[in-house]
Amino acid sequence: MSTPYAKLPAWADYGLIPLINLSVAFIVAGFVVMLVGENPFRAAVILVEGAFGRGTGIAFTLYYATTFIFSGLSVAVAVHCGLFNIGGEGQGYIAGLGIGVVCLAFDSVLPWWLTFPLAIIAAAGMGALWALIPAYLQARRGSHIVITTIMFNFIAASVMVYALVDVLKPAGSMAPQTRNFLPGAELPKLNWIIELFGAKIRSAPLNVCFILALVMAFLVWLLIWRTKLGYEMRTYGHSPKAARYAGISETRIILIAMVISGALAGMMALNPVMGDQHNVALDFVSGAGFVGIAVALMGRSHPVGIVLAAILFGMLYQGGAELAFEMPAISRDMIVIIQGLVILFAGALEHMFRPYIQALFASFSPKAVGIEAVKGKGA
Amino acid sequence: MAQAAIELIGINKSFGAVRANRDINLEVARGTIHGIVGENGAGKSTLMSILYGFYQADSGEIRVGGKPVSINTSNDAIALGIGMVHQHFMLVDNFTVLENVILGAETDALLKSSIAKARSELERLEREYGLEVDPDAIIEELPVGLQQRVEILKALYRGAEILILDEPTGVLTPAEADHLFRILKQLKEQGKTVVLITHKLREIMAITDTVSVMRQGTMVATRVTKETTVGELAELMVGRRVLLRVEKGESKAGAIKLSVKNLTVKDSRGVTMVDDVSFDVRGGEIVGIAGVAGNGQSELLEAISGIRHAVSGEVMLEGKPVDLTGKADPGELRDRGLAHVPEDRHHVGLVLAFEESENSILGYHDDERYLKGPFLNVDAIVADAKDKIEKYDIRPGNPRLKTANFSGGNQQKIVLAREMEQDPGVLIVGQPTRGVDVGAIEFIHKRLIAMRDQGKAVLVVSVELDEIRSLSDRILVMFAGRIVGERGPEATEGELGLLMAGVEHQEAAE
Repeated sequence: MSTPYAKLPAWADYGLIPLINLSVAFIVAGFVVMLVGENPFRAAVILVEGAFGRGTGIAFTLYYATTFIFSGLSVAVAVHCGLFNIGGEGQGYIAGLGIGVVCLAFDSVLPWWLTFPLAIIAAAGMGALWALIPAYLQARRGSHIVITTIMFNFIAASVMVYALVDVLKPAGSMAPQTRNFLPGAELPKLNWIIELFGAKIRSAPLNVCFILALVMAFLVWLLIWRTKLGYEMRTYGHSPKAARYAGISETRIILIAMVISGALAGMMALNPVMGDQHNVALDFVSGAGFVGIAVALMGRSHPVGIVLAAILFGMLYQGGAELAFEMPAISRDMIVIIQGLVILFAGALEHMFRPYIQALFASFSPKAVGIEAVKGKGA
Repeated sequence: MAQAAIELIGINKSFGAVRANRDINLEVARGTIHGIVGENGAGKSTLMSILYGFYQADSGEIRVGGKPVSINTSNDAIALGIGMVHQHFMLVDNFTVLENVILGAETDALLKSSIAKARSELERLEREYGLEVDPDAIIEELPVGLQQRVEILKALYRGAEILILDEPTGVLTPAEADHLFRILKQLKEQGKTVVLITHKLREIMAITDTVSVMRQGTMVATRVTKETTVGELAELMVGRRVLLRVEKGESKAGAIKLSVKNLTVKDSRGVTMVDDVSFDVRGGEIVGIAGVAGNGQSELLEAISGIRHAVSGEVMLEGKPVDLTGKADPGELRDRGLAHVPEDRHHVGLVLAFEESENSILGYHDDERYLKGPFLNVDAIVADAKDKIEKYDIRPGNPRLKTANFSGGNQQKIVLAREMEQDPGVLIVGQPTRGVDVGAIEFIHKRLIAMRDQGKAVLVVSVELDEIRSLSDRILVMFAGRIVGERGPEATEGELGLLMAGVEHQEAAE
């Protein structure tokens, strides 16, 4: 992905540049806060304290981060294969259907630790299926995957409206959602871990999905950098011509990469559905699939970066909610602006400051530039 | 000599380490047709792009009509009366001829007056130069020859006195080309100056007054066309470089390892690039394919290695048939003992963003030696890469270093080491030493000869005539998709140069 720019030492590439981008985003956000007549420094303190200041805040931050880790990994896997899957939203949403069916069927008979693996399979399977169709259209018909995955987000939304309103809604209920799951489909909380450190938690939805997310992050790292399949995906992602030369089937690798990407996107639905709400409700994904794009961009498509970026976005979600509560002039929309700025500077304008930093590095030590960049790629 | 329309003095232009133009001097007399010939990559197009303001020269001076000028954009060039007809047309396909002609030269916010003015102007140009074309036709519905005429009209409409045409006949049928030449002659009679860039010597002889020859970024000679011959130009184009002869013994040609019969290959546009080509390569010999770049060699290599599907043809590898028309894929051919060093190592032969060790298994990543179940056996891969680094003296000798950080010569060695160390029966190599430093060239040549001496069949495609002559036991010359001759390594450069220029072929055809 970053071939034309890959000339910085790893620590600058993966640490310094995201940090600079982030700082600029926050400075600009600070001006916006000033514009509505609030003190940006106080706002920053509230934001950080809201996210990390108390046990409950930390638990909420990590709960949000869990979803973003899944969606970020989903985007990253596709990116390594040169594909831009922006259908994570739809793949996650439709996966909720699979999870819902499994939970409704088994929550009265099985304990959570048997329902959970079945739900994981259902979530991954539905997400994969939802990604498979655009992947097939791309590989065989040349239909651009960005367009088809976007369209599939809308199809998923419509399917879910139908399923929730006409099929899964309990008789007599007015809310477009399934009945609440029984304890057999409720995932255990992880709040006790934070409480081990002496913090107090009133009620927060952090659950075992967080551990699953970390396991998946490790597995994605293993897949991309340590397996033959990952090698083939990276080859195709960097150069389709080289992949052809190496005898890698284009159709096969696109299908596999998208299936894995879709499965990861699907798994993000486990967190809100089984870990928090204990039902499948309308619009439960609420944009987490799209946040995954920013998370993957910011995390440079590396699982470690993605986990860190996901926590950052979790912080923005959680701290942002606190901020809206504490400073009435700052509405919920304001938080969206700040998140947008982070995405803008860390994602879309990722390379804005890079040339200057490179020039700076080159002027200090012309020899160091380039040689050390090797350690960068995960190995 | 008439007054100079254009003078270029000491033009230099580099792209990174590549010197595309070195110290170029050129004088084009007013009211003449001046040809510029040279192989692909000789720097012709770069020079003309400098003249047209696409690139800025690193140093040197441009004079138009005797006055020093600076041309920073194509608008500057147009203002100075320079018009350019590009090899790939710059037309809006779904606009009409008129709309294309006024594009960028609109006089008003509303198009009506511009169009009316253009219509009468076009009629005048048509009368004067015989450039008939329906002003209301849609571009994409016109044949290529007419589209080119629109390009010329565009330039003339903008008041061009000097017209540059870059490989204008590449896309034309012979009849269309003849018509174009008539138009150019008419333009000349009207006092316009024409600069014609081409690598086709026949056209130069047919139409130009003077001709300049470029080779490897330098201007090697300027001749009056009447006083030169195709042979001399061919020799100037190809050049007499310092020979890098590698010591080699007699070849002991054995059984046929690669046999190609009636192979036809089309490119993505559907143009036939390899036309009914047949040849054999035996074990223990190096067969070289010579030719000016763009005569089908690349497509030939791609087809034989399975990257590009052939239209028809029979190919036998180690005595067994291979279906190159759709079934074969590069992985399968590799399994059957065909190793391929591709021409384009940056995008095909290597993944520059990969570590050296990762590239040292590209294409062989299915091999169990490099795997532990579904996982890469990183230790084995790195150990193997280290082994190759030692054997092929690849520097820097760090298998974890990113491939983009290696020099061209060392990158090529990475590819060669990978392909040769698999002990293939047949090795096909495209441009073995393109962009490779002199030290590495000798090493690579020695390795290729060592492969031959081990009884492998080696097929080399190169645009470097020296290389072909120095390596090959037999030389095949490709021109316009066909093999137009076979010579021994003792063939002279002049002889091969003529074949490469298609001269003998043309004469035979006429």
